[in-house]
Amino acid sequence: MARAVTNRRKSVNTILAWIVGLVIFFPILWTILTSFKTEAQAISSPPVFLFFDWTLENYGVVQERSDYMRFLWNSVIIAGGSTLIGVIIAVPAAWSMAFVPSRRTKDILLWMLSTKMLPAVGVLYPIYLMFIRLGLLDTRTGLVIVVMLINLPIIVWMLYTYFREIPVDILEAARMDGASLKEEILHVLTPMAVPGIASTLLLNFILAWNEAFWTLNLTAAKAAPLTAFIASYSSPEGLFFAKLSAASTMAIAPILILGWFSQKQLVRGLTFGAVK
Amino acid sequence: MGRIVLDKVSKRFGDVEVIPPLDLTIEDGEFAVFVGPSGCGKSTLLRLIAGLEDVSGGNIAIDGSDATMVPPAKRGLAMVFQSYALYPHMSVRKNIAFPLKMAKMDQAEIDRRVANAASVLNLADYIDRRPGQLSGGQRQRVAIGRAIVREPAAFLFDEPLSNLDAALRVGMRLEISELHERLKTTMVYVTHDQVEAMTMADKIVVLRAGNIEQVGSPLELYHTPRNVFVAGFIGSPKMNLIDGAEAAKHDAHIIGVRPEHIDVTPSGGIWSGKVGVAEHLGSDTFFHVHDTGLAETITVRAPGEVSFRHGDAIHLTPRADAIHRFDAQGLRIA
Repeated sequence: MARAVTNRRKSVNTILAWIVGLVIFFPILWTILTSFKTEAQAISSPPVFLFFDWTLENYGVVQERSDYMRFLWNSVIIAGGSTLIGVIIAVPAAWSMAFVPSRRTKDILLWMLSTKMLPAVGVLYPIYLMFIRLGLLDTRTGLVIVVMLINLPIIVWMLYTYFREIPVDILEAARMDGASLKEEILHVLTPMAVPGIASTLLLNFILAWNEAFWTLNLTAAKAAPLTAFIASYSSPEGLFFAKLSAASTMAIAPILILGWFSQKQLVRGLTFGAVK
Repeated sequence: MGRIVLDKVSKRFGDVEVIPPLDLTIEDGEFAVFVGPSGCGKSTLLRLIAGLEDVSGGNIAIDGSDATMVPPAKRGLAMVFQSYALYPHMSVRKNIAFPLKMAKMDQAEIDRRVANAASVLNLADYIDRRPGQLSGGQRQRVAIGRAIVREPAAFLFDEPLSNLDAALRVGMRLEISELHERLKTTMVYVTHDQVEAMTMADKIVVLRAGNIEQVGSPLELYHTPRNVFVAGFIGSPKMNLIDGAEAAKHDAHIIGVRPEHIDVTPSGGIWSGKVGVAEHLGSDTFFHVHDTGLAETITVRAPGEVSFRHGDAIHLTPRADAIHRFDAQGLRIA
């Protein structure tokens, strides 16, 4: 039987949900609004909300002072490269754990996840030294590697849970139908796992795009992505709020647009298995 | 063709021996049914024949050649799974064509065989649908279609009807039996349902804890069960098993009488008791009789018009020629 929900309760819940949603969204909205203000209006007290002189001046200044496209390109390379390599490594790993589990598979999965519980700053020093020795500091290659490794446990976990949802009967049916291992993977497994692989790619791309700790600490100028671009406008002195906001807006815009277009896939991917 | 010979085949999972070494021969064209309670190893045995599990010992020969180490794809067997195991991303047509495509058959021949299977199984109207858009019975037909197009040496069925509702199950049972009549191909069928076993099989293999308890035709098992387990497992309702003094009268440790071999009268029978539940099926009535002093309940099958009510006194007479006798080990006394 469906649980009875009164109309009044429904509208109260809707209003509450909207309030929570707006509170969470407010900082982003405020950043975007501030990016269109003058520096004086940006710090005016009381703050102005919508009624100010809208200007694009900040965007012009930001573009003039720093090469946005270079940072954007670095972000694309780091997020895209780390995601692609990560998935290539994770697919066979997750496959073997899902379909040929050993007695230690659960332990390995937990151990991999435990590396995500370690504070990143705890390994910054050794990794920084290694990067100096290997000449990887401030290189896109170095960042692709480190960001890929940071997110690898999550990719393996996500793919593992997707693969676990694929009934083993279907793979056995393919075997009985005369499919070789290659044909089984190509014609049966992969087509069935495509939604899972796609949402893993997407989520991981977003995580890598937003990754700030390592990108800030291991880059200087050459390989710096958009996170460093934002950070370069945060200054303890001077009037930079509006410009910082403009830089932030430019940095988050691509990922917001990507997220907007792929939200259906993303939600489906994140709830896959939980609801059928 | 499909003669399957198991020679001292055994299976262990780690330290647990699921199937102790056993021998079994399934003749070409035979409809063999593995039946037993859940966990008896019947599905494992089928998977060993399929090659989906590796044997721990012994040999499996299909058609006279050793198939023990041959991968499932190369054994020339087709399998129908309990869950249907259709490819969800392919249409019915592509599902049925898949094994032919894997066999690198040419497209014209594939089309011909798929069309043929679809018409035999009444799937022509659904041929371009995905499995998700089909009912359980239709999905099962697609699974069978996928198995028959290959013209395999033998069909393996792993509880194929247990996900269907009762009415559909009876219908599919007949369809599979008819298919066997038409194709004359070896079929190995696993079920826990002794009615399916009795109605479909040429040969029933009764399994318990990985051991073969008896192999025989349905009527052999019904008339001469080799031991108490088979006696209780085959037949519905179950055979009444009685021990103690009444069994001793027949020089046995346990005697068994099937419900249909007991005559009921209002007075004067050999045994007497009180009617508990009476189940009226119309054609027959099952009486569950208590207070007989023999066993907790004696089940009796009487013609539908015989009428006793709950609590009535009832007198029972077992037919002398239909009493099965078993010794202290539970084995049949000839």
